[in-house]
Amino acid sequence: MSGGPLSRGLLGGGLLGARRGRGPRAVLGELAMIAVGVLFAFPFYVFLSISLKTPDEVAADPLGPPSGLRLDNYTTAWREAELGQALFNSTVVAAISVALLIALGSLAAYTIARRAGRLSYTTYVLFLLGIMIPLQLGMVPLYQLMRDADLLQTYTSLIIFNVGTQLPMTVFLYAGFTRALPREYEEAAYVDGAGTLRTFLGIVFPLLRPVTGTVVIISSINVWNEFLTPLLYVGGSSQQTLPVAIFAFRGEFSTNWGVIFAGMVLAILPILLVYFLLQKSIIKGFASGLKG
Amino acid sequence: MTAPPLPARAGRRRRVGVRGAPWLFVVPALLVYGVVVLYPTAAGGLYAFTDWTGRAGDANFVGLDNFRRLFNTESARSALVNTLTIAAACTIVQTAAGLGLALALNTRLRSRNVLRTLFFASALLPPVIIGFLWQYVLTPTGPLNTALSDVGLGALRQNWLGDGSLALWSVIGVIIWQNAGLTMVIYLAGLQGIPPEVHEAAAIDGAGPWQRFRSVTLPLLLPATTIALSLTLIGSLKLFDQVFAMTGGGPGYATETLSVVMYKEAFVSGEFGYSAAIALVLTMIVFAFAMIQLRTLRRFEVDS
Repeated sequence: MSGGPLSRGLLGGGLLGARRGRGPRAVLGELAMIAVGVLFAFPFYVFLSISLKTPDEVAADPLGPPSGLRLDNYTTAWREAELGQALFNSTVVAAISVALLIALGSLAAYTIARRAGRLSYTTYVLFLLGIMIPLQLGMVPLYQLMRDADLLQTYTSLIIFNVGTQLPMTVFLYAGFTRALPREYEEAAYVDGAGTLRTFLGIVFPLLRPVTGTVVIISSINVWNEFLTPLLYVGGSSQQTLPVAIFAFRGEFSTNWGVIFAGMVLAILPILLVYFLLQKSIIKGFASGLKG
Repeated sequence: MTAPPLPARAGRRRRVGVRGAPWLFVVPALLVYGVVVLYPTAAGGLYAFTDWTGRAGDANFVGLDNFRRLFNTESARSALVNTLTIAAACTIVQTAAGLGLALALNTRLRSRNVLRTLFFASALLPPVIIGFLWQYVLTPTGPLNTALSDVGLGALRQNWLGDGSLALWSVIGVIIWQNAGLTMVIYLAGLQGIPPEVHEAAAIDGAGPWQRFRSVTLPLLLPATTIALSLTLIGSLKLFDQVFAMTGGGPGYATETLSVVMYKEAFVSGEFGYSAAIALVLTMIVFAFAMIQLRTLRRFEVDS
């Protein structure tokens, strides 16, 4: 601001600009990356523009911008796909699953991290196996288990499934973080006469807050996006989650892409909204969680 | 409360020695994990050697018949080849792309925050929805072909998902599009963990940009690489949602993966035993690759 527009134009854009590291090469690099970004964003553009078009417009020109901000597709999709119910189901299932995951995962990891010895190590490895095991192998037996327990078409089946399948990653993250915590606070608490559960809840769990954030982010995304198991367990019922509702909706409107895309935009809007609001911590949480 | 003071103190002291954390804390998690993952996986492993079709008490032990059938059936064989192709291509290209994006966006670009947000957004969306989106983008008269014509590349128009020799590569492209941003974030985290002094020291010692990248950056990114490779490899071996939504395995068997075949055999044809055998083969492959990868990367880590 100090030099005014004239001097900035003369000096900033010319000699000084190059010395500051924003010379022609930097500008070229920037342009190249923006081009990559535009190519990358192309499907998102298709997503939005088609959702605002009539079938005739789609057929005539799949690429051009929509003629106006017509929201008919959105109202149709909202009414026909029962997205409100699905959104509610997904939220309930994700919230309860993640809360249980945090409770069970942090407790289990605490013992694994604080106990030395073979039994503790074996338990840890047993949990880690779950990161690798393809769920497909147990898919049919688990389906039968849920059926025999009369849990199909219920939230409970999905919550149990989510907690069981996300526990390995959760225990892995919590155990790694707990090991790095100093033990002095806990020892002081014991000396003061606190029991183990009270020590965990009052001292350890608050210290685990960063990794709890990571667990919330990673497991919510996984739970929210899960498709095949919810399709098998609650497909077609009033308990179905968003990806399942969209799957059924896609079948129903097989050729009306405008309505299909409107439904899909509505379905991903909550995720994108959360992402844009919390993107810094989401990216940081993802990265630090994956760093282990 | 009414206990005499001496034993109570002894009890307290013992607890400090053990450092708390009773086994009871592990039980609830182990129980749920056992019911959802361990027991069904073990049961599935046993069903793989039977001809079970889902009716109660109808399972006969058939030895390796299911596995023979797998290797003699065209759809299953092509699913095996497709799964390995997808895993190889995705692991190599996605890791390279993620590293490239991370390096480019770890510089002082003005647009870097917007681009980071953009590249990572696709990785958060439900794979089944991404599958539907691309199914439309890739239709013969759809947006991609129209765009190619509009920019004068009409010669490149293709029936992306309908052409048997091309469909698998289209699917691979979509998977990479969706997940490259995730690899990028892992590498960005790795890059930010490298202190700038290391680079400055190397520069003072006369290392050029390429040499600095090869001998300083790349070795320090090895932990990030391990995680990026494992996640991509395991994820792409299990691939289901996008294929199911985009092509359903077709045309013919061109894009069938082991996960898709085993879903169809179990829940469409009711061939539970055979389906479990396919899943067991997939499990073996995942474990084999994970082991090889861990060993190779550990050797690298010792070398560098």
